[in-house]
Amino acid sequence: MTSIKQLPYEEYFLAGNGSCPGCGLTIGLRNVLKALGKEVYMVVPASCSSVVQSPFPNSSATVPLLNTPFAASAAAASGMVRALKVMGKDSVVMVWAGDGGTFDIGLATVSGAAERNEDLLYICYDNEAYMNTGGHRSSATPLGTFTGTTPTGKKENKKNIPLIMAAHGIPYVATASIAFITDLYDKILKAKDMKGFRYIQIFSPCTPGWLLPTEKSVESAKLAVQTGMYPLFEIENGIFKISAPSKAYLKKEKRKPLTDYFKLQGRFKHLKEEDIKLIEKWVDEISEEYASMDGKKVV
Amino acid sequence: MRVLIPKSKPSKGAVGKTGLWRTSKPVVNHDKCIKCVICWAFCPETTIFRFQDNSVDIDYEYCKGCGVCANECPVNAIEMVED
Amino acid sequence: MSIIEEKKGVSSVKVVTANEAVALAVKCAKVDVVGAYPISPQTSIMEYLTKYIETENLSMEIVRVESEHSAMAVAMGASSVGARAFTATASQGLLYMAEMVYWVGGSRLPIVMAITSRAMGAPWILGNEHTDILLPREWGWMVLFPEDNQEVFDTIIQAYRIADKTLIPVVVGLDGFILSHTTMPISIPDQSVIDSFIPKDVPKPYALDISNPFTHGNAVHSNLYLEFRYDIFRTIEESEDLVDQVDKEWEKITGRSYGGVIEEYLLDDAEVAIVIMGASSGDAKQAAKNVREKYGIKAGVIRLRSIRPFPVKRLSRIANNLKAIGVFDRNMSPGLGGMIATEVKFALYDLKNKPLVQSYIGGLGGKDVKIVDFEKIFTELKEIVDGKVGVEKVKWVGLDLAAVDSYFEEV
Repeated sequence: MTSIKQLPYEEYFLAGNGSCPGCGLTIGLRNVLKALGKEVYMVVPASCSSVVQSPFPNSSATVPLLNTPFAASAAAASGMVRALKVMGKDSVVMVWAGDGGTFDIGLATVSGAAERNEDLLYICYDNEAYMNTGGHRSSATPLGTFTGTTPTGKKENKKNIPLIMAAHGIPYVATASIAFITDLYDKILKAKDMKGFRYIQIFSPCTPGWLLPTEKSVESAKLAVQTGMYPLFEIENGIFKISAPSKAYLKKEKRKPLTDYFKLQGRFKHLKEEDIKLIEKWVDEISEEYASMDGKKVV
Repeated sequence: MRVLIPKSKPSKGAVGKTGLWRTSKPVVNHDKCIKCVICWAFCPETTIFRFQDNSVDIDYEYCKGCGVCANECPVNAIEMVED
Repeated sequence: MSIIEEKKGVSSVKVVTANEAVALAVKCAKVDVVGAYPISPQTSIMEYLTKYIETENLSMEIVRVESEHSAMAVAMGASSVGARAFTATASQGLLYMAEMVYWVGGSRLPIVMAITSRAMGAPWILGNEHTDILLPREWGWMVLFPEDNQEVFDTIIQAYRIADKTLIPVVVGLDGFILSHTTMPISIPDQSVIDSFIPKDVPKPYALDISNPFTHGNAVHSNLYLEFRYDIFRTIEESEDLVDQVDKEWEKITGRSYGGVIEEYLLDDAEVAIVIMGASSGDAKQAAKNVREKYGIKAGVIRLRSIRPFPVKRLSRIANNLKAIGVFDRNMSPGLGGMIATEVKFALYDLKNKPLVQSYIGGLGGKDVKIVDFEKIFTELKEIVDGKVGVEKVKWVGLDLAAVDSYFEEV
């Protein structure tokens, strides 16, 4: 396992970009690119990253980057991968998409590319809502969350996209977090050397969207794992494995209270005790389910 | 016939001097620093310089002053001071 | 096969539908990546291409995607790294694809797309109509419209030359069913002729590459977006001569040409003319001949081959000698007229001796339009010239008003 000091010095995403202070996605992107190096083509659908990369005629990305409409990224990346194959070039093609572009509008496209097992790395940075539009619920938004379109709290649970992706029979699915940067780094390194469709979902706090103090983005991401809100795991060739940062927190008695996580963020401020109980029930169920799946072939 | 295409080229400070966005700035106490480079790894802005000896410094031209580095520092060697 | 062609070297003749002509042209153009999704009447293009790939060991990649939107996204992704890309669609498929089509236009990628024209719902309708093909004319694409299967093949090849030279993507439209499912003999030039006409090893300054990284399509501030649109406008406007030139260059090596932006038929002494595009042009030409013989009307046909660039220069020159033009639109702009008629009027408005222009709408959804209908248009145009009939905003061809009264419920 890589240590923090072993992370490469090289930077592929430049300072002076358009991200908000404390942005989770840029913490993720910086370190993902460190793992991939400069031989990568990026495909970015409409998302915060469309803005973060900065406007024409400049760009904060130092790797070739293709912007696409919202639902198109996995298909555009498919075309790119096939073209590079015909032209005899062997570089990684990475989609860098948000949760709206993955869970919602892009799902048919992502599913199509996964079903074809296109040789690409699809990364969803999950900030749990449409943050680029100003904070609106997506199917990645957790139960109870306040957003611009769920003013009294979201009524539905988060969609379990990693398991849906795994059901496609693709070689690699993983969840990761910007708070566990070396775990993330190692997952990218592993996926980089695999063939076929690889899906990695990175938990990426959004400071303005979550009404979160800018300095708390990494801390809140850490708490999401420690409270069981965001379990980290891999499904490699169908075998489910809880990742080290989440291992301890599958047991209820080890998990930190959800309120530790909620109290940092304005988007959970309105939650009542009964709301928290419902969310806790979801966390308990999913943790038990994952504990029972650990080490087993699940697809 | 002239044929032109738009191209966006990699550049530091692509949206400008983002250090101007800052209201408070991180100051590293090098005496306390244990050279763990956690601040560097978690900097959302690529604005912490990491040197060969793992000491760090801040790129104030572009640092937006989010405070993640100060919050994550395990030995409180970074202090946010009003800018 | 023409005499010139025999002189110019080897070519083969095949009897094919226009859809197979498209597929053969795509194969001969050595397209690298195809985005494929089925929709009538386009589907057999993809059937032929997949057959070629799987039985002839081509190095072409065909990506059988889950929607038209993705079919164009595949073409965009491939083209963005410098591969030659193709896709095809029609009707509802084009509408579903629309966001990507517009995006590709803005991206300046030299993609070629075939559209086998078909009307759009509601209600469900399979028949031919040109409204779909005309939509991308506002989306930053060039739009070419051949008349028969040979011209379909030739125009696909020409389209790659035009796209590669201008970095503007090109739509090649063909009449759904009327051409797409009708067999005709076509002559296919030797591969070396095509390779030299549309070489692949040309500089691709738009192509993303890890050795020269840049970003495609990122955000732009409002103070620069107008300039993006201006440059697309300018390039397409200036391409009127290029479309002519490419057609002439093609003639030099194959012996075949189609008049560039406009095929002019019996226009030298013409007094009245029909503006038309696509497969029914043949009927309009026959009608022009007939009314010349039967009634002595000096009739001609202006067959638009290029919708974008809209041939303003050529049309103005032709129109100078005409007294009345009837624009036959197999499409409509609701409440206004035919889409081509509105553009013809715009193009000719500043002419000193401008002809009268009558908009005709007909053939929507595949409704039959016969030679005799075009003869009627010519005689009516003559009556307009003679002052016996006035110009109306729009005249409908083959409209059954009794059916409207019978089947539509008044509310």
